[in-house]
Amino acid sequence: MDLSWMAWTWQTATFFVVIGFLLGGMYVWEMARPGGDPRQGILGLDTTRGDRLFISLITAAYIHLAWLGFLTAPLWGATLFSVFVALLIFRWV
Amino acid sequence: MQKTWNNKAWFLVLPVLLIVALNAVVPLMTVVNYSVQETFGDNLFFFEGTRWFREVLHSDRFHASLGRQFLFTFTILMIEIPLGVIVALSMPKSGVWASVCLVLMALPLLIPWNVVGAMWNIFALPDIGLLGYSLNALGIDYNFTRQPVSAWLTVVMMDVWHWTSLVVLLAYAGLQSIDGAYYQAARIDGASRWSVFRYIQLPKLKHVLIIAFLLRFMDSFMIYTEPFVLTGGGPGNTTTFLSIDLVKAALGEFNLGIAAAMSLIYFLMTLLVCWLFYTLSMKGETQ
Repeated sequence: MDLSWMAWTWQTATFFVVIGFLLGGMYVWEMARPGGDPRQGILGLDTTRGDRLFISLITAAYIHLAWLGFLTAPLWGATLFSVFVALLIFRWV
Repeated sequence: MQKTWNNKAWFLVLPVLLIVALNAVVPLMTVVNYSVQETFGDNLFFFEGTRWFREVLHSDRFHASLGRQFLFTFTILMIEIPLGVIVALSMPKSGVWASVCLVLMALPLLIPWNVVGAMWNIFALPDIGLLGYSLNALGIDYNFTRQPVSAWLTVVMMDVWHWTSLVVLLAYAGLQSIDGAYYQAARIDGASRWSVFRYIQLPKLKHVLIIAFLLRFMDSFMIYTEPFVLTGGGPGNTTTFLSIDLVKAALGEFNLGIAAAMSLIYFLMTLLVCWLFYTLSMKGETQ
């Protein structure tokens, strides 16, 4: 199958593979240690593990955009910060 | 009693997943791929990293069209939601006139976007259009092809004409589903018309209004055809909303990288607003 029209690059392929692994990882996590039922966090929202992943991903996207918009530092700084924020989200939200 | 837990039913969702993958995920992936590359056609691409995102985020043109987009969406929501509720409240509850009103309300929704744009274009023309000619005959200087304020008013009026009906139909359906016992209780308590609306009708309408708000937000946020046919984004760029700007960048200027970066930022904004709105409305529901 010719996918050249999709204009793949290894960077974007890696991005989607990581997202795929995250989704797969969530499944494995839930199978190994069930506990994905909703619970209330500091925002007062009932969130499941899947919700927290979604919040983490969308927050990461905005962190990267803000980084590109306001800073000139290398982008991996935003990625590291996003991982840190995601850990906080999974722990507290 | 222990419930049987069987996940096999999820396989029934597979066909839907496949369709969604083909019509949404694959194009989205392609847009992500385009957003980090430059192309001059012929399927040749050159990696540019985050350059297009930086350019879009620092672009005055993008800020201006985003501002216009938010202003337009805010304006039509502020008009269409209350107006839709008022019209729904004043429609007959039953009988032949209820059916007549419903059909009349549904009519604008059946007209294709480009036809609505063309209709309003002719309707508002200052020399031959009924609206444009009448306003000028009354001494009001109105020309939507030259004056930004007139162009804005026309685009807003057109959207209100086309889409308020959707809010009306949703609100009417919501009102019809309210149990008569509530009104009876209100009458016994001697409640005023306003109290009935504030404490019975409005809370019961909450869900349909959330749906109406979401639908109108999404639809107006990606409005393209109607203003494109009516004003073409002009005069100047005064009615160039995000989607018109996006198409100009992608097809007019063939800046696929910049257009892809704009699309992704656009997509993230819509995603965030929908998620926030859905979550907050569900939060109210669970409490």
